[in-house]
Amino acid sequence: MRAVRASVTAIAVLFLLAPLAVVAVVSFNESRYMDFPPDGFSFAWYTELISDTGWRGSIETSLLIAVTSAALAVAIATPLAYVLRTYRIRLSPLLYTLGILPFMLPPVISALGATVFWNATNHIGHIENVIVSHGIFFSTLPLVTISLAMETMDPSLPEAAQTLGADHRTTFRTVTMPLLLPSMVSGYAAAFVLSLNEYIISFLVAGFSVTTLPIKIVNGLRYGFEPTIAAVSIVFIMIAATVFTLFAIFGNLLRFLGADPAVIERQR
Amino acid sequence: MGKSFGRRHGVVLMDQSSWDDTLADVGPPRPSPGDAVSPQSSRDTRAKRSSGETSRGEGRAISERRAAPPGAYGVLAFPVAMLVVFFLVPFAIMVATSFYHRIEGAFYEPAFELANWQRVFTRVPLERTLFSIWISLLAGALCIAVAFPFTYFLTRMRRRPHVTLLIVVMSALSLSEVIVAFSWSVLLGRAAGLPNILAWLGLADEAQAWQPGFVAVLLGLSYIAFPYCVLTLYPQLTRLDPEVTEAAQTLGASPWRTFWTVVVPIMRPTIVAGFLLVFVFTLGSYLISFFLGRPEHWTLSVYISDQVSFNANVPFASAMAILLTVLSLVVVVIVSIVESRTRRLV
Repeated sequence: MRAVRASVTAIAVLFLLAPLAVVAVVSFNESRYMDFPPDGFSFAWYTELISDTGWRGSIETSLLIAVTSAALAVAIATPLAYVLRTYRIRLSPLLYTLGILPFMLPPVISALGATVFWNATNHIGHIENVIVSHGIFFSTLPLVTISLAMETMDPSLPEAAQTLGADHRTTFRTVTMPLLLPSMVSGYAAAFVLSLNEYIISFLVAGFSVTTLPIKIVNGLRYGFEPTIAAVSIVFIMIAATVFTLFAIFGNLLRFLGADPAVIERQR
Repeated sequence: MGKSFGRRHGVVLMDQSSWDDTLADVGPPRPSPGDAVSPQSSRDTRAKRSSGETSRGEGRAISERRAAPPGAYGVLAFPVAMLVVFFLVPFAIMVATSFYHRIEGAFYEPAFELANWQRVFTRVPLERTLFSIWISLLAGALCIAVAFPFTYFLTRMRRRPHVTLLIVVMSALSLSEVIVAFSWSVLLGRAAGLPNILAWLGLADEAQAWQPGFVAVLLGLSYIAFPYCVLTLYPQLTRLDPEVTEAAQTLGASPWRTFWTVVVPIMRPTIVAGFLLVFVFTLGSYLISFFLGRPEHWTLSVYISDQVSFNANVPFASAMAILLTVLSLVVVVIVSIVESRTRRLV
């Protein structure tokens, strides 16, 4: 059993890391062409990410879309999660389903829906189309994190505020909102990262006029290989690994992923 | 056992009783970091109930909640309006467009004809549909076969390797499909990948590319689905009471036998649900089959967007997209049935 355990773990880790290792090697290769063994060591493709206006432009576009669409996603999710989890509303199962439906279906469906919508309104190829589509598609993520936070919140806290004379608005601003803030931030972060990586929606909605980073990479791959693509991949991987390592150090990664609290205690 | 599965996707927490059998009980097919926030464990909850400490930290059941003041509906106006205008209305336009008339070499015009729908049920689109289903099923099976034992061992590791492996899994999860497709095309390619490394080491005569091809697509799909698979199994496997496996072993079962006759049967509903969610997720993938496959390996998503971007046939693409929606919803409903059954058992 011990041998089985070691080999299953090794296979899984190798499977997850092998493609990344090869890309890392390619990204530091001095030559413009992929080859093995590599020709020499170079940071050139990393500096090109910043110096090349095409790459820098697509990074800026992607960041702009991710920052604004994640904010839109949180703006949609917060009131929905708050009201549905606070009051008795007949339609709440239906409204909640509406909130998670876009993300539940394959992205190409949202992408095509947005395409025919903007065609019909004759507002084609603008960056705000992508922002709205991402905001709707990823609003499911903050909706889920904030709803879970509402569930685990002690209902006597806002009640105490109201007993002491605060109205709904004040209660929300001074009690509920600060308690919800961590879940809003994690929902925002999830929507932000996924928006940064999203391809098919941006491509179908405005691919010919708005060049996001994934679109730029795909276009680059269509016309052959560029080592910059390997470099940008490695940058993304490092960002993700750093974020989750920080999470594990400063937050509770296991709890966040749904581990039984008993297990967390046992392994301490 | 399967209780927290739906919860983890965030839907059930609202009110177990009124939600049990609804479609919405099922989470999105792409679990994400945010999705996986843990609920109170059932053990935890039971302990609290028995000690008389009921509602603390558990939110409030619908029956205990107050009726909504008129202002609450005003607060809902913005999110609901956004979702209706930018999701439901586009979907309705898409349904209408599937009956429109396509103008060859131009765009499309409003009409009511069944031509697009008739074409959906011809050879090529049906082949794409069946191929998508087939390869997604295979990828799901492959994923579960590795992810289940992996996650089982993971939850029984000491804290440091446990957390480290989770970080690796989460990092892989956050990779863009573009980067995954690119990485695998490099790894399986002739220039700097495995084939070339084997040739360089003298293990193969000549480097031959292993992509594009069916196996490359299958590996790529399994790669993007693997982290999701781990994350859907993880909460349940952490809740598998160690006393259960210890009991089996005290009674003389080998670890191997314990795994097959105790762990796998207990976890069967979780395995089925995880498999189906991975299936819906890979069904929607786009770039993997586009980059790692030949046109005969394209999935529905590629076929649909190809109809839009290269053939400018939006009406037909709409009809195909509706077919894909129906397919995904059917699987999601099956998951919710599996889920509600498990909940009754526990």
